[in-house]
Amino acid sequence: MAVDFELIMFFILAGVGIGTAAGMLLSRSAVYSALFLVLNFGAVAGFYLFLNAPFIAMAQITVYAGAIMVLFLFVIMLLGAEKLTPPEVLPWQRPLAVVLAGILILEAAYLLFLRTPGLGEIQMPGFGPDTSPAAIGAILFGKYLLPFEITSVLLLTAMVGAIVLVRPRKQGGGQE
Amino acid sequence: MVPIEYYLILSVVLFAMGAAGVLARRNALIIFMSIELMLNAANLAFVTFARQYGQLDGQVFVFFVIAAAAAEVAVGLALIVMIFRSKHSIDVDQMSSLRE
Repeated sequence: MAVDFELIMFFILAGVGIGTAAGMLLSRSAVYSALFLVLNFGAVAGFYLFLNAPFIAMAQITVYAGAIMVLFLFVIMLLGAEKLTPPEVLPWQRPLAVVLAGILILEAAYLLFLRTPGLGEIQMPGFGPDTSPAAIGAILFGKYLLPFEITSVLLLTAMVGAIVLVRPRKQGGGQE
Repeated sequence: MVPIEYYLILSVVLFAMGAAGVLARRNALIIFMSIELMLNAANLAFVTFARQYGQLDGQVFVFFVIAAAAAEVAVGLALIVMIFRSKHSIDVDQMSSLRE
């Protein structure tokens, strides 16, 4: 059997995703971390394309890699946080975090590969249901209309909250 | 053809790396980015199962997760800016008291 092209593509993208996540965790500068995270979001968007979810892939690029990470970079630059000295860490915390994360991965691998009957395979071009923006919009505004409206309230609350939080305080001039 | 387990274990690995980042790093901004990484890993699992079961519901949930992440980032970064203004540090070890 010839080498499976889709499997090779999967492993390349997975390497990019995990490598950029490691770069984000390990880099000293917050700016580098943010840029690594943008690459990571790009890799995950590639997986969404494999998984027959093109609309989500594009939303991932525009909302996560675009809007949210620009907000992050903006705050990093605003605070000058990339120049902060690396803080003191208790010596046992970092190895403990790595060990606990490794245990989580091992446990999930045990459950997925040894205890689960085969879940099947994913063929890349994808049959399955229609995943065009029109189909997603139809289900979003039909079955999930109420959660959608609640999301608008959530976003409005977050916007007002962010503005109220960073508003400069009046120096003693407020109403008592 | 890629087995579904590969996607799920990749999602778990990304989630565990985000969790390790939250536990090990002291920079509040990096901790926030790690939380984004964990949300992203959960999204990957959602989309994988949506693909496996041929349902769009999983993909719709990803949109709600993205919206919640956007709201969380806006409020969280505003909080970080305020903490930096009063303490001149975003080290989470410094944030031990509620008052200024």
